[in-house]
Amino acid sequence: MTRDVAVLGAGMHPWGKWGRSFVEYGTAAARAALADARVDWRDVSSIVGADTVRGGYPGYVAGATFAKALGWQGARVTSVYAACASGAQAVGAARAQILAGLADVVLVVGADAAPKGFFRPAGGNRADDPDWLRFRVLGATNPTYFGLYARRRIAVHGDTLEDFAQVKVKNAASGALNPYARYRKRVTAEEVAASAVVADPLRLLDICATSDGGAALVLSSMDFARRHGVAEPVRIRAVSTVTPRYPTTVLDLPDIATDSAVAVEPAAEAFRASIARAAYEEAGIGPEDLSLAEVYDLSTALELQWYEDLGLCAEGEAAKLLREGVTAPGGRIPVNASGGLASFGEAVPAQAIAQVCELTWQLRGEAGDRQVAGARVGISANQGLFGHGSAVVAVR
Amino acid sequence: MVTGWFDGEGDDFRLLGTRCSACASVFFPREDVFCRNPACAGGVLEELRLSRRGRVWSYTDSRYRPPSPYVTDRELPWQPYALIAVELAAERIVVLGQAVPGVAVADLAVGMEVEVVPGVLNEDAETTWTTWHWRPTGVTA
Ligand SMILES: [Zn+2]
Repeated sequence: MTRDVAVLGAGMHPWGKWGRSFVEYGTAAARAALADARVDWRDVSSIVGADTVRGGYPGYVAGATFAKALGWQGARVTSVYAACASGAQAVGAARAQILAGLADVVLVVGADAAPKGFFRPAGGNRADDPDWLRFRVLGATNPTYFGLYARRRIAVHGDTLEDFAQVKVKNAASGALNPYARYRKRVTAEEVAASAVVADPLRLLDICATSDGGAALVLSSMDFARRHGVAEPVRIRAVSTVTPRYPTTVLDLPDIATDSAVAVEPAAEAFRASIARAAYEEAGIGPEDLSLAEVYDLSTALELQWYEDLGLCAEGEAAKLLREGVTAPGGRIPVNASGGLASFGEAVPAQAIAQVCELTWQLRGEAGDRQVAGARVGISANQGLFGHGSAVVAVR
Repeated sequence: MVTGWFDGEGDDFRLLGTRCSACASVFFPREDVFCRNPACAGGVLEELRLSRRGRVWSYTDSRYRPPSPYVTDRELPWQPYALIAVELAAERIVVLGQAVPGVAVADLAVGMEVEVVPGVLNEDAETTWTTWHWRPTGVTA
């Protein structure tokens, strides 16, 4: 029995700062995905919404919010929150329902209207909340952590600011070819170097912006896809949603300290690497099988970290991989052919879904000027605050 | 705003964590309810004074004013401060903290020795909020 589910449709609302409600973005993306799938909304048996925690109360119950906007039709409903991994958990929930025989066609939607400037915790005095504490006690914003990782890579692996800038140059060049990207302009290394330092050593153009956006997928059983006349759909072969293993020894958002390794020897494999490994094992593939990867480039330096965590190269060799053009368009494993967060910005519950949209278009050969030639296997990788793993393997 | 994270004066100032009496796992910020080691059935969590000195794991700074709930005087121009993640060898833990005022990223390097010292987070007419700072050893400012 196949464990695959079919991707019948993919849709997005363009990323940007549009000043509208997350409901509008998600509904537009959903309608686009349904049209792409040639599925009537009334024939969808389940809807899964990836939640935003902004946009007010309805954001916490995104599944029902999108179902109401599309018109109540009695579908099973699920809403999931897993910070940046919300989209992957939504895909995971939809897939589980399909594989369990609970639903034949599932609509997955994530959308957000992000605030201006830094992400920040919700209001109130909450000394029991690590996310609140890191802001209150240290003023440690998200870029603070990106800066720590970048500086650590420079010290341990010899990465340079020029390497980081070249990640932005690469992703901006791809984003310029993507009609859904917020930033559609090429960027030069000189422009990166001339932008303001945000968190040493990272500059404004090393760090992703916050954005509005929406993304949606129509997933189905393989049987439904065949009955629907789609013999060779893009298939989702793995969804990794693993948690870390104690003790985590890499300082991570939103924590003020790591776990101590004094009593338990840490695993050889760090959290991000375990996210990818779980996906590879479930899919029965390895990094050598990949045609492309979409990774969570919250910062330029973090994209390099993902190369190692995905096993595209050995530890410390990511900058070399980049310099050799392996991860560039036309390279052996193009990374962030969509333009990545560098070009999209963060729309938290939508981003992991948007990554799968890009894999879908690439595997269908429908990615236009940014098409990865002959793409057969793609992985998306991401990480949600508070220990939410997120990776999806899609194949054609 | 957080109680029991540090105490002591001058050279006796220390961060306070807890240690599980069953498995010896150390926690900072203090974990007073349950041991987070998945192999541990749980023991009494006893207060532990962390090492005074450690080595810089990494560092960065904040060139833009952090949002609330960080408290700053918006009347004053923003003064960036450095943040240092410090590896404590005995506890095998990395603890993030602000650098003492006057120490900038240019003064820091990965692997450099630093020590924990008392600091002031912010103050108003009624209250002074104290905190911990990391200071490169040998710097007395
Ligand atoms: Zn224990």
